[in-house]
Order: sequence, then C-alpha cells, then structure tokens
Amino acid sequence: MSEIFRGTWVVSYRELLRFVNERSRLIGSFAQPLIFLVIFGAGFGNLIGSVAPGVDFIQFMYPGIIAMGVLTTALFAGVSVVWDREFGFLRELLVAPLGRTGIVLGKALGACVVALLQVSLMLLITPIVGVKIDVWTVLRLIPVVFILSIALSGLGLVIASFMRSQQGFQLLIQLLIFPLIFLAGVFFPINQAPDWLQVVSKFNPLTYGVDAIRQIFLGSDSGPYLGVTVLDHTMTLPEEVALMSVFAVVLISVAGWAFNRQE
Amino acid sequence: MIIEVDALAKQFGEIEAVKGVTFGVEPGEIFGFLGPNGAGKTTTINMLCTLLTPTSGSAIVNGFDVRNDRSEVRRSIGLVFQQTTLDEYLSAEQNLRFHAYAYGLSAELRERRMTELLDIVDLADRRKGSVRTYSGGMKRRLEIARGLLHHPKVLFLDEPTLGLDPQTRRLIWDYLLKLRETEGLTIFLTTHYMDEAEHADRIAVIDHGNIVGLDTPIGLKRSVGGDLVTIATGDTAAAAEEIKGRYGAEAAIRDGTVSFNVSHGAEFLPDFVKTFGQPLESVSVRQPTLDDVFLHLTGREIRDEGLDSQQQLVEGMARRFGGRR
Repeated sequence: MSEIFRGTWVVSYRELLRFVNERSRLIGSFAQPLIFLVIFGAGFGNLIGSVAPGVDFIQFMYPGIIAMGVLTTALFAGVSVVWDREFGFLRELLVAPLGRTGIVLGKALGACVVALLQVSLMLLITPIVGVKIDVWTVLRLIPVVFILSIALSGLGLVIASFMRSQQGFQLLIQLLIFPLIFLAGVFFPINQAPDWLQVVSKFNPLTYGVDAIRQIFLGSDSGPYLGVTVLDHTMTLPEEVALMSVFAVVLISVAGWAFNRQE
Repeated sequence: MIIEVDALAKQFGEIEAVKGVTFGVEPGEIFGFLGPNGAGKTTTINMLCTLLTPTSGSAIVNGFDVRNDRSEVRRSIGLVFQQTTLDEYLSAEQNLRFHAYAYGLSAELRERRMTELLDIVDLADRRKGSVRTYSGGMKRRLEIARGLLHHPKVLFLDEPTLGLDPQTRRLIWDYLLKLRETEGLTIFLTTHYMDEAEHADRIAVIDHGNIVGLDTPIGLKRSVGGDLVTIATGDTAAAAEEIKGRYGAEAAIRDGTVSFNVSHGAEFLPDFVKTFGQPLESVSVRQPTLDDVFLHLTGREIRDEGLDSQQQLVEGMARRFGGRR
C-alpha cells in the first residue's frame, strides 16, 4: 500500500516538474483553449447571437472550452507513458520499489493538477467573456475538474498501455480527440442535435464534463433546452459528477490492469 | 552467496531465451556474463531484477526471491541498463532526487549521498546541468551514480560501456573498480567485449541460453589447453602432420599458418625451433585470450559487430511489434 502511495506522489511530482520545465507545453496548454474561444467566438458569435434567453454564444461555449482544455491536458498522461517507454525512463520507474498501480495513479494525478492550474488561468478571462464567477463557482469547479481529468487521463492511459510507439499513439489520439470534442456539446447543445448524434454523445465521458461545468457557470435553470437528457431525464450536476466518477474508476482500473499485465 | 540461481529459464512463446542456468555469485565479487547478443544475457538480468517473471527455476538475490519478494529485491539492487533510462529533460540533480524519492531515502541521507557519488563519478560541477547536454560517457556515469544512491548490495550493469569509445570505457571501469573498493559492492555485468570481461573475478560464458563455461578468466584460458603457438611455413599440411606426430597436439590450419596449443609456450619454443623439420618463416607464441576461450567452448568466434547491429535491429523490432515481453 505504501508503495502505491509513494508511486503516486513521486510520479505526479515528476509530471509537474516536467510541465514547469517545458515552456512550450506550459504556453500551449493555455493558448490552445484561448485560440478556440477567440476564433469560434468571433466566427460564430454574430451569426448565432444568443443560444438561449440571456446566454450568448461565447458564454455558452466558454464552459465547453474549459472542459476541452482539460481533455487535451488529461490525454497527455497517456502521451507521457508512451514517451517514457520509448526513451527508457519507464524502466527506472518499473524497477524502483513503486507499485504499478501507483505509477498509473501518479500519471493521472499529475495531469489532474496541471488541468486545475490551466482552469484557474482560464478563470482570469471571465470578465472578457462576460461570465460572472464567485467563490462558490470556484469551489464547485474544483471537484468537477478533478474527477473529469482523472476520467479522461484514465482514457489516455488505457490507450497508451496498448501502444508501443509515440507515432502510433499520436495518430490514434488525433483521430479520437476531435470526435470527443465535437460530440461533447462544446459548440452546440446536445439536446438540440439530431437523434443519432445525441445517442453517440451520451457514451462520451466529456459530454457530462462539459455540461457539469456549464451548469456551474450558467446555473441549471436553462434546463432541458441546454442540458443533457438521458432516458428522458435531464442530468443534474450531482448526477453528472457521480457518472463521471464511475467513468474515472472504470477507466483508471482498466489502465492499471493493462499496465500491470504489460510491463 | 549473494545471488543464487537455480535452473532459471525463460521462454517467449516458442523461443527459449534462457534454458535453465545455474550459478552463484559471492559477495564483493565482480561476476561477468559473457556472450554474443541474443545469447540470453539481458533476459537473465531482467529476471534477476524482477522485470521479467521466470518461466521456471528460481533466483535469490540478497536473500530475497525474485518472484515473491520483488520489493525487497528491488531495494537490494542498483541497475544500469544498456539504453539510458535518465530523464533527459531534467538536470542531473533532479534525476538523482527523483530516484531518492522513489526509494524513500531521507532528505539528509539523500543530499549527503548525492554529493558523495557525484564526486566519485566527477560530475559535481555539472550537477545542475540538463542531462540533454551530457555526453554518452557522462550519462553512463550519472546512471551509475544513480544506481548506487540507495546503497544497493548488488549493482547490475547490462553492457555498461556499449557504444562508448575506448578511453571512456577505461574511465568507467576506473570508477567501477573504485566504487567496488569503497562500497563493498557486488557487481554483476553482461558484456560481449572480451577486454571488459577481463575485469571480472569470474566469468560465465553464455551461448544460446546455456552457460557453457564458468571460471576465473585465468581458469577459462587455462581450459583452452595452454599457450597458443602459431607458425608460418610453406607446407602447412606437412607441418600439421609433424606437430601431431611429435607432440600429439591438434593443429589448426588457417590463412597459411598453423596453430596449436602447448602447456608452456615460452619453454617449449627454443627446442621446437631447433628440431622442427619444416622450414619456419615465423613463429609466435601468445597466451590464450577470452576470444580463444569462446572459440574453444562454442566452436565459433564471438559474432562480429556487423552482425551484432543486425541482431539488435531484429531484437528492437521484436520489442516493438512483439507487444508483451
């Protein structure tokens, strides 16, 4: 048990160290969501106007962009495993007295802390976007981002445990990342999309992350129009958090199992 | 015995990489595994380091079973792999600190030990430098220092000087021998360099997953059957005939020369030159090398470098596409 614990903190510590040391990643992880926000906001903003009464397009999109940033950061947990395997550092981890499960948890936790940092910086632009935040917003945001990033890094780690090469992994992630984003309701309300798209979206863990963050910012009054309806029931924030927790536990367990088996 | 290995075997699907090896290593010893690439050296080391689970047989390291007491084995050993396992984006210090955290060393012990080891491997002035900027030799030295940070009983070195130039190789060995003195280390190494194997107290010659010879370097050389005399002469066949008739030695003819083994070459030579029937163009006598030992034990020379890189390519591809290993 102590080995799993030590593995978790040692590995997540290194993830953070690497993140701070690499300026390009530091800048990239903040710039990418901003670019989306500015370009899509400017491009569609005038065209669409307000998505719902009192919610203009950029206010609608902003929570989705936050979730999208969490996605890219969280998938990086997987990238770093493939990376470590290719550059040999993984063997240093594997031969140390650290639990394999701890290594997986450490990668996820590292991504999670980075995601929280990223979200905090995103909060700085709320006045420009025209979204009001208070302490209560931030307090609810932290656990949601935490659970979402653990779930998504679990997804990245599951994929990583089956990939041997960096190129293969990158390719698969590229293939996966855009459907994940577009089918999560970042740019349009899921409940207003065609039926087939609604069905697919509901299997996407990011969908509930986007909606949960949106509910925190916009309140849940927008109801069934902007929300996500599963089996005739409009998801509430606690329900979405619970569902994401299930995603997180399952994906991390699968990742841990695959990692234990492979290495 | 600090390492006890009994009938240890590893199978990858159809391929038997290690076919039941048995040996023991004494504390404080430098024990060498000599053999060509693909002979099963790395597979054996990986089993001893708990990175691979043996198919059958047993191995005890520092009193702990590699199958059942993995953590204790890992704490007892330090490792330097063939390929670098440093984090190149971190500094030397950060790499060492990470290792210390991973092994749960106390802060005070960690800092003292880091300074001590960086001094020994002459990297003290570069400790804040990013590993990316290090030369191959410096990286290897840093890895050795890192492998020793947690006071292991046994240091495993898998081809410790592969890809380094001769001067750097000698330097690395100076450090290793110094560390053995100061730390009372047991060193287990694999190599396919003959001159490197000479540093070992005892050598196990491994080929196709079997140990075909195990002795001190001197003992192994003695097993070849004394010194090697090589003569150049016009009629090699007649010379070989005469040697067999007079001395009972089996002579090998190669490139217009005839060579054979005698127990005391230097004493043998004066009389031989005086009395030999064939005209002699040149005569040389030398002590057998580990190359001769390998030839004697396996019937062929240790594979040349060209084939080695081919072999490595094949192994690399097997690693990449083979998935589970």
